Amino acid sequence: MFHSVMNIISLWTLPVILIIILTMGLIKRVPIYEVFTDGAKEGFKVSVNIIPYLVAIIVAISMLRASGIIEFIGGICAPLFLKFNIPVDVTPIMIVRSLSGSAALGIFSDIAHSLGAENYATTLSAVMVGSSETTFYVLAVYFGAVGISKLRYAVLVGILADIIGIIAAITVCNAMFG
Amino acid sequence: MNYIFYFLIIVSIIAGAANGKLDEVINGILSGAELSVKVAFSLIGIMAFWLGMMKIAEKCGLVEFISKIIKPITRILFNEIPENSPAIGDIAMSFSANALGLTNAATPIGIKAMEELQQHNKDKKSASNAMCMFLAMNTAGFQLIPATVIAVLVGIGYKNPTSIIAPTLLVTTIAFVSAIILAKIFQKIWKPQENGGDE
Repeated sequence: MFHSVMNIISLWTLPVILIIILTMGLIKRVPIYEVFTDGAKEGFKVSVNIIPYLVAIIVAISMLRASGIIEFIGGICAPLFLKFNIPVDVTPIMIVRSLSGSAALGIFSDIAHSLGAENYATTLSAVMVGSSETTFYVLAVYFGAVGISKLRYAVLVGILADIIGIIAAITVCNAMFG
Repeated sequence: MNYIFYFLIIVSIIAGAANGKLDEVINGILSGAELSVKVAFSLIGIMAFWLGMMKIAEKCGLVEFISKIIKPITRILFNEIPENSPAIGDIAMSFSANALGLTNAATPIGIKAMEELQQHNKDKKSASNAMCMFLAMNTAGFQLIPATVIAVLVGIGYKNPTSIIAPTLLVTTIAFVSAIILAKIFQKIWKPQENGGDE
Protein backbone atom coordinates (compact mmCIF):
# COMPACT_ATOMS: atom_id res chain seq x y z
CA MET A 1 0.00 0.00 0.00
CA PHE A 2 2.64 2.47 1.17
CA HIS A 3 4.83 1.33 -1.70
CA SER A 4 2.21 2.02 -4.35
CA VAL A 5 1.44 5.42 -2.85
CA MET A 6 5.14 6.23 -3.14
CA ASN A 7 5.14 5.12 -6.75
CA ILE A 8 2.19 7.32 -7.56
CA ILE A 9 3.85 10.30 -5.88
CA SER A 10 7.11 9.91 -7.75
CA LEU A 11 5.28 9.39 -11.04
CA TRP A 12 3.02 12.42 -10.62
CA THR A 13 5.35 15.03 -9.10
CA LEU A 14 6.63 16.27 -12.43
CA PRO A 15 3.33 16.30 -14.34
CA VAL A 16 1.59 18.14 -11.48
CA ILE A 17 4.29 20.82 -11.45
CA LEU A 18 3.98 21.29 -15.22
CA ILE A 19 0.19 21.51 -14.96
CA ILE A 20 0.45 24.14 -12.21
CA ILE A 21 3.01 26.29 -14.04
CA LEU A 22 1.22 26.21 -17.40
CA THR A 23 -2.27 26.71 -15.97
CA MET A 24 -1.16 29.59 -13.76
CA GLY A 25 0.52 31.10 -16.81
CA LEU A 26 -2.68 30.96 -18.87
CA ILE A 27 -4.81 32.32 -16.02
CA LYS A 28 -2.45 35.26 -15.61
CA ARG A 29 -2.56 35.79 -19.40
CA VAL A 30 1.16 35.10 -19.86
CA PRO A 31 2.01 34.30 -23.52
CA ILE A 32 3.39 30.93 -22.35
CA TYR A 33 4.78 29.73 -25.67
CA GLU A 34 6.78 32.90 -26.32
CA VAL A 35 7.96 33.17 -22.74
CA PHE A 36 8.99 29.50 -22.73
CA THR A 37 11.09 29.76 -25.88
CA ASP A 38 12.58 33.03 -24.67
CA GLY A 39 13.71 31.40 -21.42
CA ALA A 40 14.89 28.25 -23.17
CA LYS A 41 17.33 30.23 -25.32
CA GLU A 42 19.68 30.43 -22.35
CA GLY A 43 19.99 26.64 -22.17
CA PHE A 44 22.63 26.28 -24.86
CA LYS A 45 24.81 29.11 -23.61
CA VAL A 46 24.82 27.89 -20.03
CA SER A 47 25.60 24.29 -21.00
CA VAL A 48 28.52 25.31 -23.21
CA ASN A 49 29.85 27.73 -20.57
CA ILE A 50 30.28 24.97 -18.00
CA ILE A 51 32.31 22.68 -20.31
CA PRO A 52 35.79 23.94 -19.23
CA TYR A 53 34.89 23.52 -15.55
CA LEU A 54 33.40 20.09 -16.19
CA VAL A 55 36.49 18.97 -18.11
CA ALA A 56 38.78 20.08 -15.27
CA ILE A 57 36.91 18.22 -12.56
CA ILE A 58 35.71 15.16 -14.48
CA VAL A 59 39.12 14.45 -16.04
CA ALA A 60 40.87 14.82 -12.67
CA ILE A 61 38.40 12.48 -10.99
CA SER A 62 38.47 10.02 -13.86
CA MET A 63 42.29 9.87 -13.55
CA LEU A 64 42.02 9.41 -9.80
CA ARG A 65 39.57 6.53 -10.16
CA ALA A 66 41.76 4.82 -12.77
CA SER A 67 44.86 5.10 -10.55
CA GLY A 68 43.54 2.53 -8.09
CA ILE A 69 44.15 4.79 -5.09
CA ILE A 70 40.53 4.59 -3.97
CA GLU A 71 40.80 0.80 -3.53
CA PHE A 72 44.15 1.35 -1.81
CA ILE A 73 42.71 3.80 0.74
CA GLY A 74 39.71 1.51 1.18
CA GLY A 75 42.06 -1.37 1.95
CA ILE A 76 43.92 0.64 4.59
CA CYS A 77 40.72 1.85 6.24
CA ALA A 78 38.87 -1.47 6.16
CA PRO A 79 40.21 -2.93 9.47
CA LEU A 80 39.37 0.32 11.25
CA PHE A 81 35.90 0.43 9.71
CA LEU A 82 35.17 -3.17 10.72
CA LYS A 83 35.41 -2.05 14.35
CA PHE A 84 32.43 0.23 13.70
CA ASN A 85 30.45 -2.53 12.00
CA ILE A 86 31.05 -1.08 8.53
CA PRO A 87 31.28 -3.84 5.89
CA VAL A 88 34.42 -3.75 3.69
CA ASP A 89 32.32 -3.55 0.52
CA VAL A 90 30.86 -0.22 1.57
CA THR A 91 34.23 1.61 1.92
CA PRO A 92 34.58 2.55 -1.79
CA ILE A 93 31.16 4.19 -1.69
CA MET A 94 32.20 6.38 1.23
CA ILE A 95 35.17 7.67 -0.76
CA VAL A 96 33.53 7.89 -4.17
CA ARG A 97 30.15 9.40 -3.35
CA SER A 98 31.44 13.00 -3.15
CA LEU A 99 33.39 12.60 -6.40
CA SER A 100 31.15 10.80 -8.84
CA GLY A 101 27.45 10.11 -8.60
CA SER A 102 27.38 7.53 -11.37
CA ALA A 103 30.34 5.66 -9.83
CA ALA A 104 28.68 5.60 -6.41
CA LEU A 105 25.46 4.31 -7.93
CA GLY A 106 27.42 1.72 -9.91
CA ILE A 107 29.20 0.40 -6.82
CA PHE A 108 25.91 0.35 -4.94
CA SER A 109 24.31 -1.65 -7.76
CA ASP A 110 27.21 -4.11 -7.63
CA ILE A 111 26.87 -4.56 -3.87
CA ALA A 112 23.11 -4.95 -4.12
CA HIS A 113 23.33 -7.58 -6.86
CA SER A 114 26.28 -9.54 -5.49
CA LEU A 115 25.45 -9.52 -1.78
CA GLY A 116 21.70 -9.55 -2.14
CA ALA A 117 18.69 -8.10 -0.40
CA GLU A 118 19.32 -9.65 3.01
CA ASN A 119 22.78 -8.17 3.47
CA TYR A 120 23.42 -5.27 5.83
CA ALA A 121 25.96 -3.82 3.37
CA THR A 122 23.15 -3.38 0.83
CA THR A 123 21.04 -1.37 3.25
CA LEU A 124 23.92 0.76 4.50
CA SER A 125 25.13 1.60 1.01
CA ALA A 126 21.55 2.35 -0.10
CA VAL A 127 21.21 4.92 2.66
CA MET A 128 24.66 6.37 1.93
CA VAL A 129 24.02 6.77 -1.79
CA GLY A 130 20.43 7.96 -1.33
CA SER A 131 21.38 10.68 1.12
CA SER A 132 24.27 12.17 -0.85
CA GLU A 133 24.86 14.56 -3.68
CA THR A 134 28.01 14.59 -5.83
CA THR A 135 29.72 17.50 -4.05
CA PHE A 136 32.52 18.10 -6.56
CA TYR A 137 30.23 17.95 -9.59
CA VAL A 138 27.80 20.43 -8.04
CA LEU A 139 30.65 22.79 -7.12
CA ALA A 140 32.16 22.63 -10.62
CA VAL A 141 28.86 23.12 -12.45
CA TYR A 142 27.34 25.85 -10.28
CA PHE A 143 30.48 27.94 -9.85
CA GLY A 144 31.57 27.23 -13.42
CA ALA A 145 28.30 28.54 -14.82
CA VAL A 146 28.99 32.00 -13.39
CA GLY A 147 32.76 31.89 -13.97
CA ILE A 148 33.87 31.84 -10.34
CA SER A 149 37.25 30.22 -9.65
CA LYS A 150 37.81 31.24 -6.02
CA LEU A 151 35.46 28.96 -4.13
CA ARG A 152 36.59 30.08 -0.63
CA TYR A 153 35.20 27.76 2.04
CA ALA A 154 32.59 26.08 -0.19
CA VAL A 155 34.74 22.98 -0.81
CA LEU A 156 35.56 22.53 2.87
CA VAL A 157 31.91 22.86 3.91
CA GLY A 158 30.88 20.37 1.23
CA ILE A 159 33.44 17.78 2.32
CA LEU A 160 32.74 18.22 6.04
CA ALA A 161 29.00 17.86 5.44
CA ASP A 162 29.69 14.68 3.44
CA ILE A 163 31.74 13.23 6.29
CA ILE A 164 28.99 14.11 8.77
CA GLY A 165 26.51 12.45 6.41
CA ILE A 166 28.60 9.26 6.31
CA ILE A 167 28.87 9.12 10.10
CA ALA A 168 25.13 9.78 10.39
CA ALA A 169 24.35 7.01 7.88
CA ILE A 170 26.47 4.50 9.82
CA THR A 171 24.95 5.48 13.16
CA VAL A 172 21.35 5.46 11.93
CA CYS A 173 21.72 2.15 10.04
CA ASN A 174 23.43 0.51 13.00
CA ALA A 175 20.58 1.57 15.24
CA MET A 176 17.80 0.56 12.83
CA PHE A 177 19.11 -2.45 10.93
CA GLY A 178 22.41 -3.46 12.55
CA MET B 1 40.65 24.99 -6.30
CA ASN B 2 44.21 25.32 -7.68
CA TYR B 3 45.56 23.00 -5.00
CA ILE B 4 42.72 20.51 -5.34
CA PHE B 5 43.19 20.34 -9.08
CA TYR B 6 46.95 19.88 -8.69
CA PHE B 7 46.54 17.34 -5.91
CA LEU B 8 43.99 15.18 -7.78
CA ILE B 9 46.10 14.92 -10.93
CA ILE B 10 49.52 14.47 -9.30
CA VAL B 11 48.21 11.87 -6.84
CA SER B 12 46.55 9.99 -9.72
CA ILE B 13 49.80 9.86 -11.68
CA ILE B 14 51.92 8.76 -8.71
CA ALA B 15 49.38 6.21 -7.48
CA GLY B 16 48.83 4.99 -11.03
CA ALA B 17 52.56 4.48 -11.50
CA ALA B 18 52.84 2.69 -8.13
CA ASN B 19 49.93 0.38 -8.99
CA GLY B 20 51.18 -0.25 -12.51
CA LYS B 21 48.03 1.38 -13.85
CA LEU B 22 49.63 4.40 -15.52
CA ASP B 23 48.15 3.48 -18.90
CA GLU B 24 44.67 3.41 -17.37
CA VAL B 25 45.25 6.83 -15.81
CA ILE B 26 46.25 8.20 -19.21
CA ASN B 27 43.13 6.67 -20.75
CA GLY B 28 41.21 8.34 -17.92
CA ILE B 29 42.11 11.74 -19.38
CA LEU B 30 40.48 10.88 -22.68
CA SER B 31 37.40 9.22 -21.21
CA GLY B 32 36.99 12.02 -18.67
CA ALA B 33 37.20 14.71 -21.33
CA GLU B 34 34.71 12.84 -23.49
CA LEU B 35 32.36 12.37 -20.57
CA SER B 36 32.47 16.10 -19.68
CA VAL B 37 31.31 17.11 -23.12
CA LYS B 38 28.70 14.36 -23.11
CA VAL B 39 27.37 15.63 -19.78
CA ALA B 40 27.33 19.24 -20.98
CA PHE B 41 25.60 18.37 -24.24
CA SER B 42 23.04 16.16 -22.59
CA LEU B 43 22.25 19.14 -20.37
CA ILE B 44 21.43 21.49 -23.26
CA GLY B 45 17.95 20.21 -23.98
CA ILE B 46 16.76 19.69 -20.45
CA MET B 47 18.40 22.95 -19.40
CA ALA B 48 16.50 24.81 -22.11
CA PHE B 49 13.25 23.10 -21.12
CA TRP B 50 13.44 24.00 -17.43
CA LEU B 51 14.74 27.51 -18.01
CA GLY B 52 11.72 28.01 -20.29
CA MET B 53 9.34 26.63 -17.67
CA MET B 54 10.98 28.76 -14.98
CA LYS B 55 10.42 31.86 -17.07
CA ILE B 56 6.69 31.10 -17.21
CA ALA B 57 6.64 30.40 -13.47
CA GLU B 58 8.32 33.75 -12.94
CA LYS B 59 6.00 35.73 -15.21
CA CYS B 60 2.84 34.35 -13.61
CA GLY B 61 3.98 35.10 -10.08
CA LEU B 62 4.52 31.51 -8.98
CA VAL B 63 8.19 32.03 -8.10
CA GLU B 64 7.33 35.12 -6.09
CA PHE B 65 4.62 33.19 -4.25
CA ILE B 66 6.99 30.39 -3.26
CA SER B 67 9.71 32.80 -2.19
CA LYS B 68 7.18 34.57 0.07
CA ILE B 69 6.36 31.28 1.80
CA ILE B 70 9.97 30.53 2.67
CA LYS B 71 10.95 34.13 3.39
CA PRO B 72 11.47 33.58 7.14
CA ILE B 73 14.14 30.97 6.35
CA THR B 74 15.86 32.71 3.45
CA ARG B 75 16.03 35.96 5.43
CA ILE B 76 18.30 34.24 7.93
CA LEU B 77 20.31 32.13 5.47
CA PHE B 78 20.80 34.77 2.80
CA ASN B 79 20.85 37.96 4.84
CA GLU B 80 23.16 39.68 2.33
CA ILE B 81 20.67 39.33 -0.52
CA PRO B 82 17.83 41.89 -0.78
CA GLU B 83 14.48 40.29 0.05
CA ASN B 84 12.86 41.24 -3.24
CA SER B 85 15.72 39.84 -5.38
CA PRO B 86 14.74 37.22 -7.95
CA ALA B 87 17.61 35.14 -6.52
CA ILE B 88 15.49 34.24 -3.49
CA GLY B 89 12.72 32.85 -5.69
CA ASP B 90 15.19 30.85 -7.77
CA ILE B 91 16.86 29.43 -4.65
CA ALA B 92 13.45 28.39 -3.36
CA MET B 93 12.52 26.73 -6.67
CA SER B 94 15.88 24.97 -6.93
CA PHE B 95 15.57 23.65 -3.40
CA SER B 96 12.04 22.40 -4.08
CA ALA B 97 13.17 20.64 -7.26
CA ASN B 98 16.01 18.96 -5.35
CA ALA B 99 13.76 17.90 -2.49
CA LEU B 100 11.26 16.38 -4.93
CA GLY B 101 14.07 14.47 -6.67
CA LEU B 102 13.73 16.38 -9.95
CA THR B 103 17.50 16.43 -10.50
CA ASN B 104 17.08 17.42 -14.15
CA ALA B 105 15.19 20.52 -13.14
CA ALA B 106 17.29 21.33 -10.10
CA THR B 107 20.54 21.92 -12.01
CA PRO B 108 19.21 24.50 -14.53
CA ILE B 109 17.25 26.32 -11.86
CA GLY B 110 20.22 26.22 -9.49
CA ILE B 111 22.47 27.73 -12.17
CA LYS B 112 19.90 30.45 -12.72
CA ALA B 113 19.96 31.16 -8.98
CA MET B 114 23.77 31.39 -9.15
CA GLU B 115 23.51 33.95 -11.96
CA GLU B 116 21.17 36.07 -9.84
CA LEU B 117 23.51 35.75 -6.85
CA GLN B 118 26.43 36.79 -9.05
CA GLN B 119 24.68 40.12 -9.69
CA HIS B 120 24.84 40.87 -5.97
CA ASN B 121 28.43 39.69 -5.75
CA LYS B 122 31.10 42.37 -5.43
CA ASP B 123 34.11 40.31 -6.53
CA LYS B 124 32.97 38.47 -9.67
CA LYS B 125 35.81 35.93 -9.49
CA SER B 126 35.31 34.99 -5.86
CA ALA B 127 32.36 33.18 -4.27
CA SER B 128 30.09 35.34 -2.08
CA ASN B 129 28.77 34.17 1.29
CA ALA B 130 25.34 33.70 -0.23
CA MET B 131 26.78 31.49 -2.98
CA CYS B 132 28.67 29.35 -0.48
CA MET B 133 25.47 28.96 1.54
CA PHE B 134 23.51 27.99 -1.55
CA LEU B 135 26.20 25.47 -2.55
CA ALA B 136 26.29 24.07 0.98
CA MET B 137 22.55 23.42 0.73
CA ASN B 138 23.04 21.78 -2.65
CA THR B 139 26.05 19.58 -1.95
CA ALA B 140 24.32 18.15 1.11
CA GLY B 141 21.80 16.72 -1.36
CA PHE B 142 18.55 17.09 0.52
CA GLN B 143 15.96 14.78 -1.04
CA LEU B 144 12.63 13.49 0.23
CA ILE B 145 12.54 10.21 -1.70
CA PRO B 146 15.72 8.57 -3.08
CA ALA B 147 13.98 7.20 -6.18
CA THR B 148 17.01 5.77 -8.01
CA VAL B 149 18.24 3.82 -5.00
CA ILE B 150 14.76 2.45 -4.33
CA ALA B 151 14.56 1.35 -7.96
CA VAL B 152 17.78 -0.69 -7.56
CA LEU B 153 16.47 -2.24 -4.34
CA VAL B 154 13.19 -3.18 -6.04
CA GLY B 155 15.27 -4.76 -8.80
CA ILE B 156 17.06 -7.16 -6.44
CA GLY B 157 13.87 -8.06 -4.56
CA TYR B 158 14.62 -6.17 -1.37
CA LYS B 159 11.86 -7.11 1.07
CA ASN B 160 10.71 -3.59 1.86
CA PRO B 161 12.47 -1.01 -0.35
CA THR B 162 10.59 1.95 1.07
CA SER B 163 11.96 1.15 4.54
CA ILE B 164 15.11 3.04 3.62
CA ILE B 165 13.20 6.29 3.09
CA ALA B 166 13.03 7.22 6.79
CA PRO B 167 16.73 6.59 7.61
CA THR B 168 17.83 8.27 4.37
CA LEU B 169 15.70 11.30 5.13
CA LEU B 170 17.12 11.48 8.64
CA VAL B 171 20.70 11.23 7.39
CA THR B 172 20.22 13.76 4.60
CA THR B 173 18.56 16.18 7.03
CA ILE B 174 21.49 15.88 9.46
CA ALA B 175 23.98 16.53 6.62
CA PHE B 176 21.86 19.40 5.29
CA VAL B 177 21.53 21.16 8.63
CA SER B 178 25.24 20.66 9.41
CA ALA B 179 26.17 22.10 6.01
CA ILE B 180 24.12 25.22 6.70
CA ILE B 181 25.59 25.65 10.20
CA LEU B 182 29.12 25.09 8.88
CA ALA B 183 28.59 27.62 6.09
CA LYS B 184 27.37 30.16 8.65
CA ILE B 185 30.40 29.54 10.88
CA PHE B 186 32.94 29.69 8.03
CA GLN B 187 31.38 32.85 6.68
CA LYS B 188 32.38 34.57 9.93
CA ILE B 189 35.96 33.27 10.09
CA TRP B 190 36.86 33.01 6.38
CA LYS B 191 36.55 36.59 5.15
CA PRO B 192 37.14 37.13 1.42
CA GLN B 193 39.76 39.87 1.89
CA GLU B 194 41.94 38.02 4.38
CA ASN B 195 41.81 34.84 2.39
CA GLY B 196 44.02 36.08 -0.43
CA GLY B 197 44.62 32.66 -1.96
CA ASP B 198 41.82 30.43 -3.01
CA GLU B 199 40.25 27.16 -2.16
